[in-house]
Amino acid sequence: MHDLAAALSTALALVTAFDPLMLDIVRLSVLVSGAAVLIAAVIGLPLGAVLALTAFPGRGVLVVLLNAFMGLPPVVVGLAVYLLLSRAGPLGEMGLLFTPTAMVMAQTVLVLPIVAALSRQVVADLWEEYGEQLRSLGASRPNVVMTLLWDGRFSLLTAVLAGFGRASAEVGAVMIVGGNISGVTRTMTTAIALETSKGDLPLALGLGLILIGLVTAVNAAVFLVGQAARRRMG
Amino acid sequence: MLAAMLLLSPGAWAQERFITLASTTSTEQSGLFGHLLPLFKAETGIDVRVVAVGTGQALKLGERGDADALLVHDRAGEDKFVAEGFGIDRRDVMYNDFVVVGPAADPAGIKGRGVAEAFGRIAAAKAPFASRGDDSGTHRSELRIWKTAGVDVKAAGAGWYRELGSGMGPTLNTAAGMNAHALADRGTWASFKNRQALTILVEGDKTLFNPYGSILVNPARHAGVKAADAAAWHRWLTGPKGQAAIAGFKIGGEQLFFPDAR
Repeated sequence: MHDLAAALSTALALVTAFDPLMLDIVRLSVLVSGAAVLIAAVIGLPLGAVLALTAFPGRGVLVVLLNAFMGLPPVVVGLAVYLLLSRAGPLGEMGLLFTPTAMVMAQTVLVLPIVAALSRQVVADLWEEYGEQLRSLGASRPNVVMTLLWDGRFSLLTAVLAGFGRASAEVGAVMIVGGNISGVTRTMTTAIALETSKGDLPLALGLGLILIGLVTAVNAAVFLVGQAARRRMG
Repeated sequence: MLAAMLLLSPGAWAQERFITLASTTSTEQSGLFGHLLPLFKAETGIDVRVVAVGTGQALKLGERGDADALLVHDRAGEDKFVAEGFGIDRRDVMYNDFVVVGPAADPAGIKGRGVAEAFGRIAAAKAPFASRGDDSGTHRSELRIWKTAGVDVKAAGAGWYRELGSGMGPTLNTAAGMNAHALADRGTWASFKNRQALTILVEGDKTLFNPYGSILVNPARHAGVKAADAAAWHRWLTGPKGQAAIAGFKIGGEQLFFPDAR
């Protein structure tokens, strides 16, 4: 009880002080996870739709794999991206290891299966409902994809938010490919891990509360925008 | 998406010169780098980016060329690293010492004894012991002490010897939770906040000496290594200014690292 109170007051003090180091950490967390989700959405939404609408041999296998990869262990993804970007690895010359770009790459790998698998399900359900109609209208394939993605936009938004939650909460991948370098690649989650290892539990928990608050704020903003849009549509 | 990548590219992010230093959790968590790096940067303009891992992993990062310099503490591992051509110019930097921490009630009766005898008594009493278990410099030292004490923890450790596979801080957190003994470097212990019932039981034994070495990653093996800037750091750290800065780092008035470059 005492620890929780200490954590709360630490969190409050951190937020109200606008500590520049703290702000840097928050900004980096949002930028890295935001970029990863953006890239994953740009690739994953159409990929999921195409997977839902196109029959080809091996599709079942692909769907199962995609669903399974929603649970990719972040540490393993981090390790794979590390080996790729290491100076001794195939992309070593790009000098990307221990940079925010490396962290975006790792998180994109984590988020992409979530966005693609969930949007595949959403589009498949819509196709079952409206497929007959769209076929009778003679809509072209790209047209169908766009129509169904637009129709399912509120469900798809939830898929994207699930991806954001995954990205902003994981620590295993960014720790390995980012290195938790102070002022360069330290995010909310790696900072929490560091403070925990220093035994400063109130500070760690305080940072955790701020992270939860941040993710809640992002979700609230999306929710409000969605509601306004729905109302306008009647 | 392109804009996002551009925004996050290292060039746009930070224009300054920097090197990557692979070092140990003990130096990072004690706060030593927070003291040293601003001084070095003010003098040279070079930023030192510290990736803090166990000594075993730090050596691995150096082997793959993912760091430009190392500051680690496992003499045997360091010499092997240099002998195999991964690193050059190993120099002594500083030392501190390990301490054995455990419950203040001292259930195994080890307070004030020699470290090998203390470890023998812990094993005899089957008193809980939390081991790093992560191939770090501290873990390697701990295993050497068990050997000296004639205890085979792999065979006799069931039920009381816990291999945690974590850094120094997490290991102390767990030890505090289990009321277990642990081998810790003095720096991390001094700045550690979640001690609960733990206290120092054994210290000052000669075998608890913990020397740190600075090594340059061999630029001949990896094209991307920033040899010149890393050498500047290496010379500064082992030169008079770096050595004085190390001696000046104190927590609660206590000096944690003792410079010993020659």
